[in-house]
Amino acid sequence: MNGSKSSIMRVPDITNSPKVMENMKLLKEIPLGEMLIDRFQNQFDVITANDIPAVTAMRKEAMNHFISNGFPSSSDEKWRHTEIESLTEENFQYYLKPLDSEQDIEDLFKCEVHDFDTEIISLLNGWYVNKHAGLTTLPNGIVYGSLTNAMKLYPELFEQYYGNLADIQVNGFVSVNTAMVQDGVFIYIPDGVYAEKTIQIIKLIDKKEQLFVQNRNLIILGKNSSFSLMHCDDSINHFSSLINTVTEVYVGENAHFNLYKLQNLNNQSGLINSTFIHQEANSTTKSNTLTFNGGMIRNNINIDLQGENAHADVLGLYLMDKNQHVDNQIYIKHNAAHCTSNEKFKGILDDEASAVFNGYIYVARNAQKTNAYQNNNNILLTPKATINSMPFLEIYADDVKCSHGATIGQLDQEAMFYMRQRGISSSNARLLLMYAFTAEIINQISIEALRKRIDDMVKKRLRGELSVCEKCVLHCGSPDKEYHFEIDMSKI
Amino acid sequence: MENNPGTNILDEVTQGDYKFGFYTDIENDFAPRGLTEETIHFISAKKEEPEWMLQFRLKAFRHWLTLKEPEWAHLHHRPINYQDIIYYAAPKKKELASLDEVDPELLETFNKLGISLDEQKKLTGVAVDAVIDSVSVKTTFQDTLGKHGVIFCSFSEAVKNHPELIKKYMGSVVQYTDNYFAALNSAVFSDGSFCFIPNDVRCPLELSTYFRINAANTGQFERTLIVAESNSYVSYMEGCTAPMRDENQLHAAIVEIVAMENAEVKYSTVQNWYPGDKNGIGGIYNFVTKRGLCKGNNSKISWTQVETGSAITWKYPSCVLMGDNSVGEFYSVAVTNHYQQADTGTKMIHLGKNTRSTIISKGISAGKSNNSYRGLVKILPNASNSRNFSQCDSLLLGDKCGAHTFPYIQAGNETSIVEHEATTSKISEDQLFYCNQRGINTEKAIGLIVNGYAKEVLNKLPMEFAVEAQKLLAITLEGSVG
Repeated sequence: MNGSKSSIMRVPDITNSPKVMENMKLLKEIPLGEMLIDRFQNQFDVITANDIPAVTAMRKEAMNHFISNGFPSSSDEKWRHTEIESLTEENFQYYLKPLDSEQDIEDLFKCEVHDFDTEIISLLNGWYVNKHAGLTTLPNGIVYGSLTNAMKLYPELFEQYYGNLADIQVNGFVSVNTAMVQDGVFIYIPDGVYAEKTIQIIKLIDKKEQLFVQNRNLIILGKNSSFSLMHCDDSINHFSSLINTVTEVYVGENAHFNLYKLQNLNNQSGLINSTFIHQEANSTTKSNTLTFNGGMIRNNINIDLQGENAHADVLGLYLMDKNQHVDNQIYIKHNAAHCTSNEKFKGILDDEASAVFNGYIYVARNAQKTNAYQNNNNILLTPKATINSMPFLEIYADDVKCSHGATIGQLDQEAMFYMRQRGISSSNARLLLMYAFTAEIINQISIEALRKRIDDMVKKRLRGELSVCEKCVLHCGSPDKEYHFEIDMSKI
Repeated sequence: MENNPGTNILDEVTQGDYKFGFYTDIENDFAPRGLTEETIHFISAKKEEPEWMLQFRLKAFRHWLTLKEPEWAHLHHRPINYQDIIYYAAPKKKELASLDEVDPELLETFNKLGISLDEQKKLTGVAVDAVIDSVSVKTTFQDTLGKHGVIFCSFSEAVKNHPELIKKYMGSVVQYTDNYFAALNSAVFSDGSFCFIPNDVRCPLELSTYFRINAANTGQFERTLIVAESNSYVSYMEGCTAPMRDENQLHAAIVEIVAMENAEVKYSTVQNWYPGDKNGIGGIYNFVTKRGLCKGNNSKISWTQVETGSAITWKYPSCVLMGDNSVGEFYSVAVTNHYQQADTGTKMIHLGKNTRSTIISKGISAGKSNNSYRGLVKILPNASNSRNFSQCDSLLLGDKCGAHTFPYIQAGNETSIVEHEATTSKISEDQLFYCNQRGINTEKAIGLIVNGYAKEVLNKLPMEFAVEAQKLLAITLEGSVG
C-alpha cells in the first residue's frame, strides 16, 4: 500500500549467511515474470517431463496467456489496493526440481496439536516430501500424496478434473501456476467415505535466498463423502519468499467439505492463494481462512454453487500489525436454485497494517430462492491502519434474499469503561474485547481440538507473542501450557 | 386478471409507456453537427461570451481529447459517436418580458407536464428558471429574490453580469479534468442556472428549474452552480423530462455546490427523461457529474433524487466534507424498467473532523433493466470522529431484471465509524398475502408496498416535488401504484 512495504520486501536478513548473499549478487536482476517466461522456453522439457498430454497442452495455453497479460498490477481494478508490483518486480530464485537437502523434512519440525490427530502432508519449499512413498492409500480408500505421482497413476482423473476450475484468465498468477507448476497435493475421497482424520498440509519455506514457490492442489470429494482439510502456510526464516498456490476442489453430490487455512508467514513473505471450489447438489462447504502474520497475503476464494440446495460458509479472520497487508477476494456464484451462502470476514488492524475485503455475490438468472449473506467487520486500532471494504452484489434472479453489511469501527468505549470501572487494566480490557470480537469466527471451527488450539493462537497473537518460531510450524509452544488473560473473572 | 393477477400486474408494470412523449415544435438555432474547436468558438460566440470563458472551454476541450470514455460502470450501450451530435440548440425567441410573450407551444409543453409557469406562479410560489434546450427563456420571481440579494439567473447571464463570482467558483468543485464527461461539459456547456445566496440569508422561495431536452439529436449540456455564503439556506429543485424519440440523446451535465460556514443547501431532483421504448430503442444517455463541497465548518449539503427516466444513467451526486462538523446526505429512489440501465450512487469524502454522512438508496428494477448502486465512502486520516451510515436496498419486480450493489468503503483512521447495510429482495409474499387477506387486491397491494418502500426518500422531497415524484413512480410502475 505504500513505499515502505516494498523496502521491507527488498531487504533480506543479512545476518543469516553472507556467502549466500554474495552469490545472490551474481544473479542478474531480472523481474520475476521475465525470468519465468525465459525458464519456460528454455526448460520446457524439464517442466513437462511428468505430464500427461492434456496437461502439457494446458501449460502452453496458460503460458501464452501469461506472456500477453503478465502479472496483475495495481492498475487492475481487482488489484487496486494491493501493491503487488513490490513482489512481482523482485528478483526471485525458482527451482524446477527439489534439492537433495529437501528430500526429507521430518527432522525439521514436529507438529503436535494436542488431541488432534491428523494425516500430515509436508511440503518443503514447495516440494512434496515423504521418504516412504509418493502416494498413500488409506484403508477406507482415500488416496493422498504428490500431485506429480498421482498424474502418472490416475491420468483419467486428471483429464476429467485438472485445470477445469482454475480459469487461467482470472489473473497472471493462476496462468503462470498452470503453466509451470511442478508439484502439489492430490487428495481423492471415494464415494460414500467419511474421512475421520483431517488431512493437514503443512507448507514450509526454509531457504536462505529469495524463493518463488508454486504449488497446485487437486482435491476430489466423491458423492456422499465427508472430508476436512487443514492447510498451513508457514515460513521458518526471515528471507523473503513468494508463494503462489492454486487449489481446485470438486465437492460431489451430498458431500461435505471443511477447509481450514492457517497463514502465519514472516513479514517479508508474499502469499497468493487461489482456491476454486465447485459444489454439486446438496453439498456443503465450510471454509475458514485464518490470517495471523504475513507481509502480503492475497486470498482468492471462488465458489461455484452448481447444484441445487448447495450451501457454502465462507469465514475468515485476519489479525494484522506492523506493515502487514491482507487482501481477501471472495467470489460466490449462485448458479442453481435453492442454494445458500454465508460469508463473514472479521479483522483487527494495528500499527500501519492494511486490509482489503472484496466480497462478490453473483446470482444467476435461474438461481431462484437463493439466500446469500455477506458481512465484513473491522476494528482499526491506530490512526495509520487502513481498510478497504467492498461488499458487492450482482443479482439477476428476483426471488432471492440477499443482504450484506460492512462495519468499520473501534473498540466499544462503553464496554472499556465498564471493565476499567471494575479494576481491569486498560490493556487487559482491550485484549478481552478484541478476543470477544474474534470469537464469532473461532467458535465456528467444528473440530474441538483445533478450535482450542486456534483460540490459543489468537490469544497469543493479540498479545503480540505469536511470531515466527524457529522449530515448530504451528507455533503452538508446548501444548500443555495454556494461555490465560490475567483477569480475575470473579471481579466481573 | 382473475387467473393470475400477479403476472398481469408485472406485465403492466414492465410494459407501461412513457407518458411525456410529445415533441414541441419551436424554431431552433443549431450549431453544426460534430465537435471541433470551431464548434466551441461557435457556441461561445453565439452566447456572446468573454474571452476568458472561451479559453476555459478550449482548455477543457483539449483535455477531453486526451481522455478515454470510462468503462468501469455496469452499463452496456452502443458506443457514442461524439461527432454525430449537435452541441448547441437554442429557441430563437429570447428576452421576453412577460408570460404573454412566451411561445404558446412552450406554455403548452409545461401544461402537459402539469408544471405550467402560470400554475407555478399562482399555486406554488416557486421561482422557476425554465430551461428548454439550453437557453433560459423565462425567469420568474426575480423581484422577490432580488430583495433578499439572492441571485438566481441563467448561467450565461451570470457570466455577463457576475463574472467575478463565476470566475471564482466555476470549476472549483468539479474541475474540467475531473472525468471524461465533466471535460466534455466544460468544453461545450450551453446554459444552466446560477444561484448565489449571500451571507445570513434564508432563501424565501424554493428555487426550481425544469430542464427539457427538446430538439432531436442535440445533447443537453447544462451547468449549474450554487453558492451558499455563510449562514445561508437554500432549497433547490431540478426536474427533467424529455420527449420521445428513437435516437439516443446524450446528456452530460455538471452541478457544483459550494456551502460556506453554517450554510445549508438542499438539492432535489426528479429525473424523468425518455427511457427508450419497450424494446430498448431510443432514450437519453445521462452522464452527470454532481458534487457539493462543504467548504465551511458546520455546513450541510443534502441530495435527494428520484430517478425514473433515461436509457442510461451514470450519476453519482457526491459530497466533499471539508469543513469540520459538516454533514452530507444522499437520498435516492432509482426505478428502471424495460431495457433501462442505471449505475448510480454517491461519494462521501470525509476530510474534516466530526463529519457525518448518511446514504439511503432504494433501487427498484423491473422489465429487463439493470439497476446498480455504486457508492464510495472514504474517510481520510485527518477526519477523526467521522461517521457514516449507508443503507441501500434493492427491489426486484420480475425475473428478467438485475439489481446490483457495489459499495466501496475506505477508512483511514481509528476514531471513525462506518456502517453499511444492503438488502435485495422481491415483494414479499407475506406482505401481499396480508394485504389480500384484508381485501386489498394485489394491484393495490403492490402499489402500497412500493410506495412504502420508497417513502423514506420521498419524504425528504419538498412538498411541491413529493406530489410529482409520486406521480412519476405511478407512471413508471403503471398498473401497480394506485
